[in-house]
Amino acid sequence: MTTRSRVRALLFPLAAVLITACGAPAEDELVVYSSRNEPLIKPLFDQYTAETGVTVQFITDSAGPLLQRLEAEGANSPADILLTVDAGNLWQAAQQGLLQPVSSPALSANVPEHLRDPDNAWYGLSVRARTIVYHADRVSAENLSTYAALAEPQWQGRLCLRTSKKVYNQSLIAMMIAERGEEATEEVVRGWVGNLAAEPFANDTAVLKAIAAGQCDVGIVNTYYYGRLLKEDPELALRLFWPDQDGNGVHVNISGAGVVAAADDTGPAVRFLEWLSSPAAQAQFAASNMEYPVSDAVDVDPLVAAWGDFVGNTINVSQAGALQADAVRLMDRAGYR
Amino acid sequence: MASMRRSLRSAGGGPWTALAVAIAVPTLLPLLVIAGSFSDIDPAFWSHLRQYVLVPVVENSLWLVAGVAVLATALGTTLAWLTAACEFPGRRVFQWALLLPMAMPGYVTAFVAIGTLEYAGPVQTALRELAGGEIWFPAIRSRGGVIAVMSLALYPYVYLLARNAFLTQGREALEAAQVLGMNRRRGFFRVALPMARPWIAAGAMLVVMETLADFGTVAAFNYDTFTTAIYETWFGEQSVNSALQLSACLLAVVLLAAVAERRLRGGRAFTGGKAGGRRIVLGRGRWAAAVLAGTVLTLGFVAPFVQLVLWSAQTWSEEFSSRYLGFAGHSLLLAGSAALLVTTVALLLGYARRNASGGPANILASLATRIATLGYALPGTVLAVGIFAPLAALNGLLNTAARAVTGTDPGWLVQATLATMLIAYAVRFLAVAHAPVDSNLLRITEDIDRASKSLGVAGWSMLRRVHAPMLRGGLATALVLVFVDVMKEMPITLMTRPFGWQTLATRVFEMTSEGLWERAALPAIAIVLVGLVPVILISRRTTNAF
Repeated sequence: MTTRSRVRALLFPLAAVLITACGAPAEDELVVYSSRNEPLIKPLFDQYTAETGVTVQFITDSAGPLLQRLEAEGANSPADILLTVDAGNLWQAAQQGLLQPVSSPALSANVPEHLRDPDNAWYGLSVRARTIVYHADRVSAENLSTYAALAEPQWQGRLCLRTSKKVYNQSLIAMMIAERGEEATEEVVRGWVGNLAAEPFANDTAVLKAIAAGQCDVGIVNTYYYGRLLKEDPELALRLFWPDQDGNGVHVNISGAGVVAAADDTGPAVRFLEWLSSPAAQAQFAASNMEYPVSDAVDVDPLVAAWGDFVGNTINVSQAGALQADAVRLMDRAGYR
Repeated sequence: MASMRRSLRSAGGGPWTALAVAIAVPTLLPLLVIAGSFSDIDPAFWSHLRQYVLVPVVENSLWLVAGVAVLATALGTTLAWLTAACEFPGRRVFQWALLLPMAMPGYVTAFVAIGTLEYAGPVQTALRELAGGEIWFPAIRSRGGVIAVMSLALYPYVYLLARNAFLTQGREALEAAQVLGMNRRRGFFRVALPMARPWIAAGAMLVVMETLADFGTVAAFNYDTFTTAIYETWFGEQSVNSALQLSACLLAVVLLAAVAERRLRGGRAFTGGKAGGRRIVLGRGRWAAAVLAGTVLTLGFVAPFVQLVLWSAQTWSEEFSSRYLGFAGHSLLLAGSAALLVTTVALLLGYARRNASGGPANILASLATRIATLGYALPGTVLAVGIFAPLAALNGLLNTAARAVTGTDPGWLVQATLATMLIAYAVRFLAVAHAPVDSNLLRITEDIDRASKSLGVAGWSMLRRVHAPMLRGGLATALVLVFVDVMKEMPITLMTRPFGWQTLATRVFEMTSEGLWERAALPAIAIVLVGLVPVILISRRTTNAF
């Protein structure tokens, strides 16, 4: 082989990759931009393909970059659906005009009103509950009542929280602002900060482990992190507590999706969302990550059901997006890092 | 080719300056996007930032950069000297093994350090059981902790460059110093260290840029820096423009640091010498050297690697599949082609600056060099968007034009192709390749060129017979650094990859984005293993070659 033919042998496959990578997905395919990760969504995509013959192309990334991507691609975006793991980003996408409203009787029936966009630009597909967790030996559930009550002096040096930079906490604070206003919320957050037993943690699992180890006694986490730890260690001495049951209910967020504004034909995308909200898909969508289905028609996973029933907050989750920036600044002011 | 030779000889500048400017063009894309953000300034954001965020964030960032720069440079230089010039137990293994922490993503080291040393971790739990109650233990999630972990992850940049300098500076100068009556310590500080200064400064500069742009490691510590403030502004406050404006501030700091680094080099000429000579046989210090090297290797690599192996064993059956061949293949393809491309571009850029002598041409070439190597200092996601957005706009124009001509929508996606990925990697990592290549170019003085020409070796023959051997160590260093960095890279890969493409790094992202750290261990190990093989090969080669 001469040098030149060797170079050619190298160049041709490279060119082939460059060119084929250029081609957009074909007509009968759906393209999903997802910040819900591959192990959670791919089984559902595969099942949809098996049932309908429609193939689902997808890319995963964080929600922020995905929104930037949609914005940059504009009308030429190949995406049909944006799928995220919290309401704030969906609200933001709708706000930037990246999603288009779709009307569907099935979606309206399957997804409760407070878990979808008032203008129908996006729909919740699973519910993530953020609740109080406590150590069974060191805390009596009778002493727990509301999120706000964790600011009381009795929790001095006993509270652990995740960083304020996680969107789950930003949504929680945003919903509290929606319920009780900025001033009262800021007072609560200052109380939390004063009660912290340790600097805020980088993730919910670390909060759970700190409580289990005795660094603190109570915390606020998403239930599925608790579920994961419980699977590893069934003897775990931690319990979930459902706060605000006499008031607004447990803070809930959604994993959800909307149809991208650039999609010319919304039909296939809407049919896919309808399928995701149908009972069969709902059970799997939620159970894959120990979350709760949005549809009342579906039973929760037995392991999740064992944690008990709760009343969830019914304020529309879009508030989490609308008040997110306010929540971030409030937490900065209160010294919640 | 004739014109190239002519310009090489005359060192006139024209085409070389043009080349330097051309290389800087892709980096201008994100810089223009950042500049464009200043069209919309939100006073409420800036007043909030000044009042509540700026002071702690700037203070944290300065401490972090200063701490990591000093510690990583001290570690990297000391270890490089010990393995390059001295003899101590285990030296043969340490000389390449000390590169291993580079293949370990910083956020992994951070996660393992925190998980192990935190209150709930095994160390403190065991100590509490021993003591039968609460004990005092230094907080790992602290300024000291984050500085220590980042230094352990980043010292290899200095190590690799400094070692290249020590190995090639020749032992004659040091021996001359000893003849002149200097003891070994003075010989090191007065002769060897000053001679290696450009390499050490370049390595330290890479550490500074990487530290400023880091998000993953500091996020694991919940340590607020300028970069976390940028991300928080963008994703939390949903203000892209304010985030880009903050990025501009970050770049200004980096430019200042770059000027300082140039000053450190002091414009001197640095000559090389014949390598080899006798190694310094340390006395009792040889055990201290072995302990230091062993400790750094254990903390920076062995401990996190063992943790990854344990996690992988737990999740193997769930996580491993034949798809891993594809992940690894994509990673290797990207890292390999990026390493070749970026090193080539760095070499061209180095020559462009070297040959573009003479007044304005030189200034322009220097400026172009500075701009072209800025990408490393930008937080990854900011850079990814900064490159993606203009290319997506270009794609829109191309599609519209094609539709006008052919009548159908071609559906091109130039922003998500291999070519785009490579351009983006080049923007991000040019600094990494440029540092070692340019340091070595400093050694090829005009005297050497003149001597070579007077012996009748000129043009391509001079490049091949005189320059190439003197550049080899720098090129090898550049290849390794870029390769390993691309293996670990996430934001650009996630954003610009073609549909359906997964790499080992994006697989890590899939898991960590949902807090599934145990399942992220397998792809992380694969990154280490696939990224390590070339590191070992090249370091073996460099250690034998000189």
